[in-house]
Amino acid sequence: MTDTRSEARGDANVAFRQVGKPLTRIDAPGKALGKTPYAGDYAMPDMLHAKVLRAPLPSARLKHLDVTKARAHPGVACVLTFKDLEKGTVATDIPGQTGFKRLNTDQQILVEEIVRYQGEPIALVAAETVAIAERAIDLIAFELEPMPGVYDMFEAMKPDAPRVFGDDNIVASYKIRKGDVEAGFAAAHVIVENTFSTQHIEHAFVEPEVGLAWVDEQEVVNIRSSTQCIEHFRNIAEALGLRQSKVRVRGAMVGGGFGGKSDITVELYLALLTRATGRPVRLCYSREESFYGHGKRHPFTISHKTGFTRDGRITASKIDITSDSGPYAYMSPYVLIYATEAGPGPYLVENLHIDSRCMATNNMFTTAFRGFGATQACIAYEQQMDEAAKVLGIDRLELRRRNFLKTGDPIATGFEVKSAVWTERCMDLAWEALGECTEASGPVRIGRGIAAYQQAYGRLVWLHDTAEGWVGIELDGTVVVRSGMTDIGAGQTSSLAQIAGEVLGVAMDTITVYNSDSSTTPLAGTSSATRGLYMSGNAVRLAAQAVRGRLGERAARHFGAEPGEIDFADSTVFVAGDRERSISLRELVAICASEGIHRAELAIFRAPFGDKLDPETGQGQVHPDYTFGAHAVEVAVDTETGEVTILKSIGAHDVGQALNPEAVEGQIEGGAAQGHGYALSEELIYDEGRLLTPSLSEYLCPTSMDSPRVQSIILESRSGLGPFGAKGIGEPGHTPAAPAVANAVADAIGVRVFSLPITPEKVCAALEAANSGA
Amino acid sequence: MSPSRTMTLAVNGRPRQVAVAANETLLETLRGMGAVEVKSGCEKGDCGACAVLLDGLAVDSCLCLTWTVAQRAVTTVKGLGTAADPHPLQTAFAERGAVQCGYCTPGFIIAAKSLLDNDTDDPGEDEIRYALSGNFCRCTGYNKILDAVTEAAQVLREEAGVQ
Repeated sequence: MTDTRSEARGDANVAFRQVGKPLTRIDAPGKALGKTPYAGDYAMPDMLHAKVLRAPLPSARLKHLDVTKARAHPGVACVLTFKDLEKGTVATDIPGQTGFKRLNTDQQILVEEIVRYQGEPIALVAAETVAIAERAIDLIAFELEPMPGVYDMFEAMKPDAPRVFGDDNIVASYKIRKGDVEAGFAAAHVIVENTFSTQHIEHAFVEPEVGLAWVDEQEVVNIRSSTQCIEHFRNIAEALGLRQSKVRVRGAMVGGGFGGKSDITVELYLALLTRATGRPVRLCYSREESFYGHGKRHPFTISHKTGFTRDGRITASKIDITSDSGPYAYMSPYVLIYATEAGPGPYLVENLHIDSRCMATNNMFTTAFRGFGATQACIAYEQQMDEAAKVLGIDRLELRRRNFLKTGDPIATGFEVKSAVWTERCMDLAWEALGECTEASGPVRIGRGIAAYQQAYGRLVWLHDTAEGWVGIELDGTVVVRSGMTDIGAGQTSSLAQIAGEVLGVAMDTITVYNSDSSTTPLAGTSSATRGLYMSGNAVRLAAQAVRGRLGERAARHFGAEPGEIDFADSTVFVAGDRERSISLRELVAICASEGIHRAELAIFRAPFGDKLDPETGQGQVHPDYTFGAHAVEVAVDTETGEVTILKSIGAHDVGQALNPEAVEGQIEGGAAQGHGYALSEELIYDEGRLLTPSLSEYLCPTSMDSPRVQSIILESRSGLGPFGAKGIGEPGHTPAAPAVANAVADAIGVRVFSLPITPEKVCAALEAANSGA
Repeated sequence: MSPSRTMTLAVNGRPRQVAVAANETLLETLRGMGAVEVKSGCEKGDCGACAVLLDGLAVDSCLCLTWTVAQRAVTTVKGLGTAADPHPLQTAFAERGAVQCGYCTPGFIIAAKSLLDNDTDDPGEDEIRYALSGNFCRCTGYNKILDAVTEAAQVLREEAGVQ
């Protein structure tokens, strides 16, 4: 094992040979040829098919449940209800490598008595065919007695509100107290107060949840599923009453995640059914079931009261944050702390007061979604900055410029950012790139918007996040990388190949990456929290450097040179500056093998560890580091129809070091598209907890007809904590896009729609209100 | 139970005898035959992940009853090229960053192939956007997909010019 704190390491090449180049991702050709298997493409002999019976009501009591007919139906192998479970609950936490879990995240696996959201699972069926399983679901008799529910997060705070979670419906709450807010407001020339709200949205990965489970000859429950997190095997084992080593979760290439496959989805149902039947079981959600089956993005309501001096400096900020958790905790407390930490945005605020809480309701449960609370915070603080600029009569960019955090400044929690803070450069470059303004014509008005942001990468420091990675060289000089990290489409495995290739001087096509198996690949944590490249990339870098160090030492002896003089490139090892003294990697590896020099390494990378925040002041370190940047857009708004068209969209981000610029562009372009939909069209509409939009024709994601060209401006401060100075870009590419659109619409029509999405109806209503008020 | 009958289905030029139920969609039949490169995303014609060529025209296989396509040629993304001899669309998608999670990719490549074969070999961006509007991608924002189709069209035109 390599230790990040003690291992003497060979240094990577100073001039990059692969890093920073737009190489074709190793996973791309197989996907384009149709050769890449996804979790749903696996089958086994004697396999059963599963279905889930879900509650049609969001708040109800299960009065009666009879599965006799379903069990007796020919071809039905198994029907499970709450009564059939050894242990009725499962933790909804992602404990990570420490195994530490929060106390309040357990939930019922199947409904015991109370239904708390529409779609909550009541029973599981396994049958010989999908059609028989569906028939069996129909044969289950049950009666639900509707109960009063609470469907509004503010209603949930009232003393007489139905209780969904604990004694007070509060799933989590935080506060930040810094400086003297009252004195700050007293010193203010202008105080600006506004409230902004966001909606439930859907991840809409193209591959619905799917998996296949079986029990092997060692009595290990194997689960192959589409997941961002193979490390739920521990929670699954606990729920099954098994030892942790008796549950194995492996992934496949994942057909999109965006946070929606971070929680347990089909895995536990599959494990229960395969244990009960002794046969392999497959479960594949329909698109509609995917809408009901996994947690959504949290709606937030965020109020800002901000004091400014006459020349636009922030004197004080008071922020009130409320989010809707649905009935269970899942990632809600974590999401809330991201939103709280990011509350004031990338601005220096010395007098700060934040109260935040996450309320339980009978709406669909909410969880991780790209940006993880920091996006909702950005939607509020960036609209607030534009509103303040209007009141102050100061240019929007100039107001931001006067308040931006700089390297070494404390963020909301008092933590001083050590890496580069290039928000201002990003903002200026994105704005400049908008170029000449499109001309307005007739009822169509043109508007422009900017949004800057601060987005963490890596997990909370008190989770003590680690990642392991293994690198070895075969006797023919080819390289193998093993990492538990899941690949959800952002190029996770390819980036590991690129890192190992850079360090060991071999081309990507000579590298094979094995990933996403909780039993045979070193555990690397989840592909979430913009931590994949940062954590797993560093682990693989450390492992590759250790191998390089040992091989380099042997090569130095071979050439009679110093180890520091040895370089690796093009599958050869040579004395730097003297390529005449060169040996092929294959020959060097053969020498090492014959002498017993270890050609492989398992390394662990540790993120910075810290303690929880001070509960009274909210001061301390939350994350290892942050990415900063900005997004600019130009929109056309038809004032007769209310329709908004995005004409230009430009993301400028300091990514530290782009490992693969094409992949970085992919994150910026895709993140922006998701932000465009978030701002304008996407909304899960719930009527008292009942979903009205459970299909892709009712839930409106951007298509090729709606999506503008997105321009990416990539800055590289090389100041990040990731490999070669990289920062994260998976979430940051998305975070500022929606508020930039909101600001552009407000710029175009002169009034603001304070709640997302900015639908044509809301635009028309805002214009009408403004006209009738005038 | 829905009645079943045995029929011949030619997938990627290879005729196969399959037992097909009357209510079975082409998507179900194809995946059941092992053509799992045809992806299922919604089973309602909303996402295009399951697109295949039917006598050269792109269709959503989830909206197509298998009984209705007997005697017609079905082509999936695997029928377009191989690792040793990829179709220019497959090469361009991989090399231009048009593939992220890849789950929508087979459907996009099929839709693009249908455009280039049937409508125009030199499509403008708006034509490409329209041709791909029945396919849903959540990862890329479509930019690099548009680039890939444009590039592949050019490669194909050059190849045709050489011959």
